[in-house]
Amino acid sequence: MNSELIREIVDRNEANNNGLISTMEEIQSKFGYLPREALEKVAEKTNRSLVDIYGVATFYRAFSLEPRGEHLVSACLGTACHVRGASLVANEIGKQLGIEPGETTQDDKFTFETVNCLGACALGPVVVVDGHYFSQVNTSTVSDILKKSVEGFDKVEVATDERIFPIEVSCPRCNHSLMAPDHQMDGYPSIWITHSYGLKHGWLRMSSLYGSYKSEAEYDIPENQVINFFCPHCHTELIGAADCTECGTQMIPMIVRGGGTVQVCPRKGCKGHILDL
Amino acid sequence: MISFELNGLQVQVEEGSTLLEAAKFFGFPIPTLCHMDGLEPYGACRLCVVEIGEGSKAKLVTSCTYRAEEGLKVRTSSERVVKARKMIIELLLASTPQSKVIQDLAAEHHVMQQRFRQEHEDCILCGLCVRMCKEQMVAGAIGFRGRGENRSIGTPFDMKSEQCRLCGGCMYVCPVCTLRCTFNDPDRAVCGGCANLAAPCVEEEKFHDLMCYMSPCVACEIVEYEKEKQTKIEG
Repeated sequence: MNSELIREIVDRNEANNNGLISTMEEIQSKFGYLPREALEKVAEKTNRSLVDIYGVATFYRAFSLEPRGEHLVSACLGTACHVRGASLVANEIGKQLGIEPGETTQDDKFTFETVNCLGACALGPVVVVDGHYFSQVNTSTVSDILKKSVEGFDKVEVATDERIFPIEVSCPRCNHSLMAPDHQMDGYPSIWITHSYGLKHGWLRMSSLYGSYKSEAEYDIPENQVINFFCPHCHTELIGAADCTECGTQMIPMIVRGGGTVQVCPRKGCKGHILDL
Repeated sequence: MISFELNGLQVQVEEGSTLLEAAKFFGFPIPTLCHMDGLEPYGACRLCVVEIGEGSKAKLVTSCTYRAEEGLKVRTSSERVVKARKMIIELLLASTPQSKVIQDLAAEHHVMQQRFRQEHEDCILCGLCVRMCKEQMVAGAIGFRGRGENRSIGTPFDMKSEQCRLCGGCMYVCPVCTLRCTFNDPDRAVCGGCANLAAPCVEEEKFHDLMCYMSPCVACEIVEYEKEKQTKIEG
């Protein structure tokens, strides 16, 4: 148990005047469940009694007090899904995973739960795995879905997926290209810039694929660290006027070849970006 | 001061007082279950419903939480109110027929039978014990957990709470807990609240010459009896 991390989360949320639920959501997203120590820490730090925190944690289905598996499989059993055979689908999922709804497999790979409505009734029967929706599921497609979830949904084929395309960028100040053709990432030239945080100063490479968040850096950048970006040619700091839509940090602008700008969030782990072509 | 009409009588009460307080002051009885002086009104049992407004706008509200308003027309025992109260008592009887408090209420309101599926719950979720623990004992050891039909009262993680000082206040206010503690046999326990408390007799090394607040609970005698039986079997 990482009590240091829990304390950090609670303190930050308290400082931002965030509510109890957002604090608990963050803990849940970090650990996958709400550990008992975490609830005790939250109670202590927020001057509430433990039973109040426990009451909130047991009230919402989104919170779990038990460790969850790597993948969360939710089968909808709402009315619209039910009449189209959702219970058969749920049984099939349970059979293939060898668990009942609400349980986690022995190898901690899957947690299976049933939900009462996901609000996507026209798509029913709906199964959601790790936030990915599968529509009109039947018993024969269950094994495919489970297989895909193990392989990972984020593995996309660059050639066929229209949402992903390579971009070429240059410095907004000196207009020098920031591309490094000799160093490829995802099969395309990477974006090469210099970065600094604290006393560290070194190179940083990012994938030029729009939609890929791969990056390599000379130094390991800790999660949530906001870093400063510099052009490797004119050495000016790249800093823009727009704030990140996800976390509010000032974003980094770059010019896109062919017209337009792209702005990325300089916070490690934040996926906020704006593409304006 | 706020003036309003209470059962056709023009009355004046201080600003901020509830309809229940006003009715009590002017001598109109309203039955209550989850209300207790000194605890925050909660409006859970709905037994204290009164009718406000007129004609098609008339509606039932819980008098323990509704504050008096200027020009309000309140009826504390109209036909609709009496009917609603009887229904609530029937529902309470259906869930916890063993409670002396609820039996008395039923007798008082001439409810002789109930027409629902008979259950034997051990809690009506009135929240008296939770408020007692939090507001009067300033402990916050017990609270509501879960929701819907899984809602229950107890300690976090069903473990003995560090905040609990064994004051017994929760059992004292409980309207369902009339048989007192059968705590060493939780299956038969009447209120369930005590299942999370340790009685003094169990921690007797600590409290051996303490007067027991659970008297006459006889839990200690049952423990002794069980022990004797065990030694007899082993012997």
